[in-house]
Amino acid sequence: MKELMLGNKALARGLYEAGCSVISSYPGTPSTEITEEAAKYDEIYCEWAPNEKVAMEVAFGASLAGKRSFCGMKHVGLNVAADPLYTCSYTGVNGGMVICVADDAGMHSSQNEQDSRHHAIAAKVPMLEPSDSAEALEFAKRAYELSEEFDTPVIIKMCTRVAHSQSVVETGSRVVPPQIPYEKNIAKYVMMPGNAKRRHPIVEERMRRLTAYADDCCFNRVEMGDTKLGIITSSTSYQYAKEVFGDQASILKLGMVNPLPEKLILDFAAKVDKLVIIEELDPIIENHCRQLGLEVTGKDVLPMEDEFSQNLIAQKLGVKVPAGKKLDDVLPPRPPMMCAGCPHRGLFYTLARNKCTVLGDIGCYTLGAVAPLSAMEMTLCMGASISAIHGFNKANGRESEGKTVAVIGDSTFMHSGMTGLANIAYNQSNSTVIILDNSITGMTGHQQNPTTGYNIKGDPAGKIDLEALCRAMGFARVRVVDPYNLAECDAAVKEELAAEEPSVIISRRPCALLKYVKAKPALKVEEENCTGCRSCMRLGCPAISVKNKKASVDATLCVGCGVCQQLCKFDALKAQEV
Amino acid sequence: MTKNIMIVGVGGQGSLLASKLLGHLLLTQGYDVKVSEVHGMSQRGGSVVTYVRFGEKVYSPIIDKGEADFIVSFEKLEAARWVEYLREGGRIVVNTQEINPMPVITGAAEYPDHLIEKMEALGIQVDAMDCLSLAEQAGSAKAVNIVLMGRLSRYFDIPVDTWKEAIRACVPAKFVELNLKAFDLGRA
Repeated sequence: MKELMLGNKALARGLYEAGCSVISSYPGTPSTEITEEAAKYDEIYCEWAPNEKVAMEVAFGASLAGKRSFCGMKHVGLNVAADPLYTCSYTGVNGGMVICVADDAGMHSSQNEQDSRHHAIAAKVPMLEPSDSAEALEFAKRAYELSEEFDTPVIIKMCTRVAHSQSVVETGSRVVPPQIPYEKNIAKYVMMPGNAKRRHPIVEERMRRLTAYADDCCFNRVEMGDTKLGIITSSTSYQYAKEVFGDQASILKLGMVNPLPEKLILDFAAKVDKLVIIEELDPIIENHCRQLGLEVTGKDVLPMEDEFSQNLIAQKLGVKVPAGKKLDDVLPPRPPMMCAGCPHRGLFYTLARNKCTVLGDIGCYTLGAVAPLSAMEMTLCMGASISAIHGFNKANGRESEGKTVAVIGDSTFMHSGMTGLANIAYNQSNSTVIILDNSITGMTGHQQNPTTGYNIKGDPAGKIDLEALCRAMGFARVRVVDPYNLAECDAAVKEELAAEEPSVIISRRPCALLKYVKAKPALKVEEENCTGCRSCMRLGCPAISVKNKKASVDATLCVGCGVCQQLCKFDALKAQEV
Repeated sequence: MTKNIMIVGVGGQGSLLASKLLGHLLLTQGYDVKVSEVHGMSQRGGSVVTYVRFGEKVYSPIIDKGEADFIVSFEKLEAARWVEYLREGGRIVVNTQEINPMPVITGAAEYPDHLIEKMEALGIQVDAMDCLSLAEQAGSAKAVNIVLMGRLSRYFDIPVDTWKEAIRACVPAKFVELNLKAFDLGRA
């Protein structure tokens, strides 16, 4: 049956049809829905792991046991999982093992724009790159055959526009191959130097065989059109190129982007007058072509940064594009912001009031950096807040210890904050760490994690006790505050910054968007009391605005959290009866 | 010839249901369809855009400047923001609701005046209506998306019953009646 399917869901469908049995992933936009959708199939064991390295090692273990396995992550997640990746390239697999990495050219929801193809090249593993949902489904299935035939993990690279676009797919049925028996094989699976030395040439030989395979495989295809212009492209760039040129150009569409074919490219180049390489981010296909001695156009006209579009490609290659009409007005931007009732808001307000230096982390709470709170000064990568505050305080000493805090979410803390905290406990800086525990992984759309007590299917699961964990590491000062209570937050921040030892503050309240969190009635403004002082506006709550010099509460947004009431000296914001 | 519909609004307003409905409807009409969505950071109250493209064979999943046949906007300022994406002769269907972005809330900027008139002055066909009131009349402020779909349906040569079948297929059973009413109010 034909149906419209999100790229990520189609990939999950492909995993299902290929008989994948074990999936372990860490959520990250734009990869999250692959594992969420796969978890809907009861035949597949699915889990959220604490981080991508753990996820990949779980998938490797399942492959070792002889079953088809999968792990999915965003581009920066593959950095975390790079350690197992580079060595399971050496060991190879038992059951087929497929990894998905979803890049985010354009940085719709990411902190950098790295090109994951470099990891596939460096780890010497094949990488497939679908250009729509139908290919995502098909490539996922074929990736397992490739993995088992060539004894290697296989990476499927998605990008935001393939992961989060729906296009037409035809589904098939699930076929589970028999489990491949696990056999003890120390020379293959114990990567100590002597064994690894013998595995490395096998990896190089595998890459040579894969390069030959790439010349004549189902993933790469030539679409001959006009031969004045030849285009080599992949992924969503292929779709833009087709949109612009149709059959006015000949196209070599690459579905396998590592290793890249040699003969196929040379043969194609010989048939066209001019060769253009269209690829987002880094010039990987382009450099490969140059190494083959070809003269090509690529990054000399197309940008290295941001995602492409049909108009961008057309313009850069000298094709006329339609023009739209614009208003003359300068329109106010609409950046993302913390939701009304977000539990992070009260805590960030407290940090701003206390003029703290705030080292931040990755999650919804990164929006604490946005005006008017502007209460975050650094965000690097998952877990960096805690490690960096230690370095910051070691460098600056007592002065910074008394005013610097690290903030990190519950899921990010489980991901890679714990190891940084162990460093503070061990190497003894007087640092103050705030865990923003909203009882969910928020930004990626509400995934469970080891602190929530539920698994990916929403069933009860193990629950890590954050207070006990911090105490076990040696922190004597661990306290819990309610971020809706500003006085309590203020006292905790002041006292822990003044304390002569490291401390952890857990700011705990569930995300206001969670289904089980019941909103209170919206507040009402007592207009006679309101002096228009704008104190409530310092929170940057989307539900509050000032109209005709009086505060106004948007009843469709306000969840009655009451934080703004605590800032009003004139009793103008009134809670309503349920 | 590929046709392009952009759905724009503020994160959290329910544009995903509108694009799901259109995708389902157009696929049943025998078209090739692509729908491109935005997830993640932008959903937190930011400006969001969804692209729906249909035709005999659709390649790019996104719509570029000067290409949209329709812009369906859940909010007035967002319609103005994306107007450059409309093709010559294209049409905007817009909910006249105003949602203040953070720079307006904090007083750093003003919500611009007379946006509908300014768009019309550019020679653009603007179909503006208060969808929020109609949605509330249908029974829920959340039905703004289906009110807008009702309005959009006026410009398509697809029978009303086919639109309604698509609503039944895309909406949970207990909300079908409410949404059918919202659709009728939008189309009226």
